[in-house]
Amino acid sequence: MSTAAALLILAGASLALIGSIGLLRMKTFYERVHPPTMGTTLGTGLVLIGSMVFFTLHESRPVLHEIVIGVFMTLNTPVTYMLLLRAALHRDQTEYSKQSN
Amino acid sequence: MRRWLPYPILSVALAAAWLVLNQSVDAAHILLGVALGLAGGRILAALQPPHRRPRRAAVALELFFLVLADIVRSNIAVARIVLNPRQKRTAGFLSVPLELRHPAGLAAVACIVTATPGTSWARYDAARNIVTIHVLDLLDEEEWVHIFKQRYERRLREILE
Repeated sequence: MSTAAALLILAGASLALIGSIGLLRMKTFYERVHPPTMGTTLGTGLVLIGSMVFFTLHESRPVLHEIVIGVFMTLNTPVTYMLLLRAALHRDQTEYSKQSN
Repeated sequence: MRRWLPYPILSVALAAAWLVLNQSVDAAHILLGVALGLAGGRILAALQPPHRRPRRAAVALELFFLVLADIVRSNIAVARIVLNPRQKRTAGFLSVPLELRHPAGLAAVACIVTATPGTSWARYDAARNIVTIHVLDLLDEEEWVHIFKQRYERRLREILE
């Protein structure tokens, strides 16, 4: 079972890594917003499930406080993303209206 | 009942979160958790949010699993895009006219859209009720708007309106 936990954590970490590579590879700010989301959603999710599996087995009692971390991540990250995106939009306002015309 | 528990679900969730965070069911922690839940409900009531009890728990549950599946699917899609940078795709903004007006529903849509890699919430025009979303891989605009409205907006309206 700890192999399963290790695989889950590795999968989550890989998603976060791919997200960071995407952050480097993408060309515009608006595209760059997307890949790191992988780390904050499924990436975090897999690491948290892995942690729950491992510590539940290790301490032979249900360890559930990772769920609270998941809830906080889901509620908080959109706020940051939106603030960043709105700031970029504000900066590019003139450029964006030129593009869409 | 109304006075002490204006938001029973929130109060129970707060108390449960306290117990889970402390990883204990000691009498002292239960007491603290209950106090926290009661205080949280009273504070939220003082903020006077638009009051409407959510209905249709089954639809909410369905939406939850749908969003979960979409998060997994779009994670794979974005990973593919990152790993194949030469693949042709068009990123762009997309405007979706909404019928949903409930603030909690809009907040839920914003959370869903930003939690799914590949889409992010860009702006919301309250006067015309149009939301603008940035999409990483915009294949078919109309198809996308249709999916968005059918999958999320319809269910959120059933739950809230």
